[in-house]
Amino acid sequence: MDAAGHEDVSKHMGPYYAVFVALLCLTAVTVGVSYLHLNRPLAITVALIIASVKAGLVAAVFMHLISEKKVIYAVLILTALFFALLLALPNLTTFEHHSGMPGT
Amino acid sequence: MSETVIPYMVKPHPVTGLPNGKFGIWLFLSSEVMLFGALFSSYVLIRIGMPHWPPEGGLSSEVLSVPWGTFNTAVLITSSITMVLAWASCKMGSLPRFKRWMGATVFLALVFLVVKYFEYSDKFHHDHFPSHDNFFAVYFLLTGLHGLHIVGGIIVNTFLLTWGSRMWKTDPEHFTNRVENAGLYWHFVDLVWIFLFPSLYLL
Repeated sequence: MDAAGHEDVSKHMGPYYAVFVALLCLTAVTVGVSYLHLNRPLAITVALIIASVKAGLVAAVFMHLISEKKVIYAVLILTALFFALLLALPNLTTFEHHSGMPGT
Repeated sequence: MSETVIPYMVKPHPVTGLPNGKFGIWLFLSSEVMLFGALFSSYVLIRIGMPHWPPEGGLSSEVLSVPWGTFNTAVLITSSITMVLAWASCKMGSLPRFKRWMGATVFLALVFLVVKYFEYSDKFHHDHFPSHDNFFAVYFLLTGLHGLHIVGGIIVNTFLLTWGSRMWKTDPEHFTNRVENAGLYWHFVDLVWIFLFPSLYLL
């Protein structure tokens, strides 16, 4: 910090630029892979893995989650739990559906 | 009557260890995860119930414009780094530099919306409205809600860029916190698009 209380964050900008370049590269990879016309389950898996890596980079570096207070982690763990439950809900309903419908 | 000041806007709250604004924005983003999560979950449910996706046959990448979608992804990623630079400029005590980078962020957000306008127009031109089929219902709902979030970001960022920046003279630390919070929201909007782009355009 200088006399005015301003931090010199310019020395710490490296990771931000690295993530920026990585995000652009991963976007190119996602689009590139889509032109390979992989079978659908594999294509969905690859695309979601790449998207998760990109999202992880944005959250960790741009949103500073890599060095955040514990209370934020607690909130996010709870959010992740409910989010997973939300994604699982349709599965529960389709199971019921299938058992009640002949020929499905 | 004495002026009421909301406590812990600059100093961290003793319980959370964070300024109230930052804790608030994270709670808000958590609720946003649930909002988009519910819609994404519905999308998955609708999609696995359909024999073909898109219902009319072919591939999503043939119905939607992958080049424009890719371009818009790059635009949003770039706007995230300009947002980081705007915040870093505040941290380094330079309002003119903040204004330059925040201006770039708002400009890129507008570019995103203009591209989206042309994409939507193209779809409407071919009579592809949300009522056309499940594919377009999902596409317009998810990208429309995301687009509204972009509009919200533009409003907040434009405020910080213009008359909101007057706070810099009186309370630069508080102003920097506001920029950081707006940045957290903006990165989240970028993060949502990172999932929407492949799941709608490519798969």
